[in-house]
Parts: sequence; structure tokens; C-alpha cells
Amino acid sequence: MKKWQCIVCGFIYDEAVGLPEEGITAGTAWADIPEDWACPDCGVAKADFDMVEV
Amino acid sequence: MSHPIIIIGSGLAAYNLARELRKLDTATPLTVISRDHAGFYSKPMLSNALAGNKSIQQLVMKSAETMASELNATILAHTEISAIDAAAQTVTINDGRVLPYRDLVLALGADPIRLPLSGNGAAGVMSVNDLDDFAKFSAALEGVKTVAILGAGLIGCEFANDLLARGIKPVVLDPSNWPLSRLLPAEAGERLAAKLTEAGVEFKMGVSASAVDAIEQGYALTLSDGSIVTADLVLSAVGLRSRTQLAAAAGLTINRGIVVDRQLQSSAAHIYAVGDCAEVAGLTLPFVLPIMQQARALAATLAGTPTVVKYPAMPVVVKTPACPTVVAPPAIGAEGDWQVEIADDGITARFVGSADELLGFALIGAATSQRQAMAQQLPPVLV
Ligand SMILES: Cc1cc2nc3c(=O)[nH]c(=O)nc-3n(C[C@H](O)[C@H](O)[C@H](O)COP(=O)(O)OP(=O)(O)OC[C@H]3O[C@@H](n4cnc5c(N)ncnc54)[C@H](O)[C@@H]3O)c2cc1C
Repeated sequence: MKKWQCIVCGFIYDEAVGLPEEGITAGTAWADIPEDWACPDCGVAKADFDMVEV
Repeated sequence: MSHPIIIIGSGLAAYNLARELRKLDTATPLTVISRDHAGFYSKPMLSNALAGNKSIQQLVMKSAETMASELNATILAHTEISAIDAAAQTVTINDGRVLPYRDLVLALGADPIRLPLSGNGAAGVMSVNDLDDFAKFSAALEGVKTVAILGAGLIGCEFANDLLARGIKPVVLDPSNWPLSRLLPAEAGERLAAKLTEAGVEFKMGVSASAVDAIEQGYALTLSDGSIVTADLVLSAVGLRSRTQLAAAAGLTINRGIVVDRQLQSSAAHIYAVGDCAEVAGLTLPFVLPIMQQARALAATLAGTPTVVKYPAMPVVVKTPACPTVVAPPAIGAEGDWQVEIADDGITARFVGSADELLGFALIGAATSQRQAMAQQLPPVLV
């Protein structure tokens, strides 16, 4: 399980936790997040997420 | 060859616009000019960098060189624009060179507001509004035990929480009665204050600093009620004012920010403004979400498809881990009332209009999990 961070706002997506409030269940790998998903904090599209592993 | 699109500034507004533009137009020459280092960094991360133990080097995610090659752009760092000639479509840089543009985008940001403080320590009061400020601030924290923070707004509360990670005691001063007073109803603000206090922050509400004097060790602040607070360092976080001077000198229409229309065009043809310096449809919103909306709209316009900017509802996450908080304030002047539900583990505050419609909200603690669901019920900020 990895964590990914939005480089624009610092939002962290933790695969182990998922985003239950958005219907993304715990354990969802970054690769399995839909392509049209956007950062909940700043609106950057997934395609632009130069995510960094933390 | 056509003249370039020139973007002044290298903050999130400038670089997000450049990235969006390059998705639509890879050919038009692009020049980014900034008086700072022009490296790409995330400004929001500055107020939780201490907890994350981030060095200045780590905060710069991409150097100006990397950005230049990724964006296929010319980047002029440490280069200040001193004048704009809207009629001639040129800008003058500080070494006297005059550069022509096809279109000019002002992404100049905002200056921290400085309170009119008396005292011989006033000049030592710091503010953190960019990476260079943060570098100075974090260097000054060496050996510091207490930091007085002027202002209990978003930035003040975030830095207060972050300083705790370093074992430093923050003392937050604000003339209002509870933190984030412009965004939160009393109950929510009081909960935020209680949680942060529990974590180690001291709040002095209902007072403001009138003088800052340098003393043997640090500073003595004289407050409006006559009392005195001492601290090793003073950080001011009392708000921002759009950088409008350059635009004003060029004859552009200015109000609180550089006035632009829904296509982000200023009162002069071929000059646009985005980010903290821009006033869009009467709104100056110094946050990342509006910047992303602006960047996408203006990129399309500059690539040949005139596009108006729209804002969805834009909740703001307050980065105070000691008390998770999300705010979506109602529009200025919106009529309605706060309805507040208080639970042990959180607070749900709804700002509701006369037809029982949701116009804004504030969520504290466990209630922040409703953010997404509630944001969907809010009206868009700009349709
Ligand atoms: C500590 C902190 C935390 C924040 N946290 C959040 C958050 O969690 N969520 C959120 O949504 N927002 C947050 N914000 C606000 C957000 O970061 C800003 O709205 C955003 O970064 C502004 O970007 P900008 O590009 O408009 O301005 P800036 O980043 O200030 O960029 C302005 C640029 O213009 C250049 N410049 C200015 N004048 C000239 C000139 N004459 N010639 C050449 N160059 C010039 C500067 O060098 C700079 O590169 C935070 C802000 C701060 C300070």
C-alpha cells in the first residue's frame, strides 16, 4: 500500500485508507482510481497528478 | 514568428495556467518571468512543512530549468517587471530590456497586509507568503520556544498547529472572539479554539497588538487591552492584498484586485490576470481551487476558444490536524442563518436560506466526512 501526494496542494491519497466519502474503498490502488477523478482539495485532474510517493 | 504569450509570476496561478495551456497549444512561444527563483512549489504546503519535516530543497518540487523543459517555455527567474505598455504590447524588465507579447498574463499574487505597529521591533515581524519567506522563517525558528501569531485566520491557525510539531508554543492574537471568525459560526470557532488549545496553542482573543518592541530575548507585544505578551518571534498572518501596482501604473482598472471579466481579461486588450492578484466578477478568492478553474478557462481562451470561467462550490480544507475543519462560506451578502448541530466528535454547521436551501457550511472533526456530500448540495459560486 502506498501514499500519493498532490503536488499542487499537498493532499495525500493513502491507498490503505481509500476515500470512503467519495466511494473509493480502503485498499484501492492509485492505478484503479478513475481517470476522471480530481483532487478533492484543489481540483487538479488525476492525469496531471505528478504524484510523489511519500 | 509570433510574439510569445508572457506570464508574469511563477506561483500556482502562473504554472497551472502554463500547464493547461500546453495541453491545448504546444506551438505558441511561452515566456514565464518571475522576480523569485521560479521553481515550482506548493504554497499550501508551507503551513504544514514543519510537521512534515520538509526542507526548503524538498519543498521545491521542480526547478525553473525542469519547468522550462517540461513546458517548452523560456523562464526568466530573478527578473522583475517594472512596467507594462498596453498600447505597444510590451513589458519592461528591470535591466531595461523591453519584451513584446502577443498576450500578457498577470499572475502576480498578493502581498501580506502589514498592521500599522509601533515599536522598535515592528520591522522584525515576519510573514510567510512564499517559499523565500518560509526559508527565513524556518531559519529564525532555531532555538525558539514561543511564537506570537497576529491573526487567527486560516494561515494563522495553520501555522499555530504546525509549530506544535517543533515543540514551539504559539500564542495567537486576534481582535475577534473566535478563530476563523469570518468563516465559522461561534460554536464551530469555539470548538476549533478548544481543540487547538488542548493541543498546546494559546489564544488571546478580543485583543490586537499595537506595538512590538525588541527586548533582550525576542519581542514584547503591547496589546490593545494594555497587557503585554512576550515571544521569541512574531509572525503576522492578518490577510492579503492583491498586487495591483503594476497594473494600475499601466492604466488598467483596479478595485480590490486587477479587475477582469469572466474571460479573465483586464480592461486592456491582450492583458489577463489570474490567481491572488485578480478580481473576477467582483471576487478575490486567494485559494487554489479558483486558480485551477481560471487556469483551464484562460488556457482555452488563449488557445483560440474564448471560454468563461465558472466556479463550482469550493470548500476549503483548513490544515489544522489537531481539529480537522472544512469551510464553504456562503456568498458575501447571502441571506440566511447558521443551523448548528453539535456532537462530541464534531460539529456540522449549515448556512441555510429562507427556502431551506443550503448556502454554505462549516464542518469540524468527524463531521468533515460529509464534505463531499454537502458540497454537492451547494449552489455554484459562479455559474
Ligand atoms: C501558508 C499558506 C497556506 C495556504 N494554504 C492553502 C490551502 O490549503 N488551500 C488553498 O486553496 N489555498 C491556500 N493558500 C492560498 C494559495 O496558496 C494561493 O492562493 C496561491 O498559491 C496563489 O498563487 P498565485 O500564483 O496567485 O500567487 P503567488 O504564488 O504569490 O505568485 C506570485 C508570483 O508573482 C511574481 N511577481 C510578483 N510581482 C512581480 C513583478 N513585478 N515582476 C516579476 N514577478 C513578479 C512572484 O515572484 C511570484 O512568483 C495558502 C497560502 C499560504 C500563504
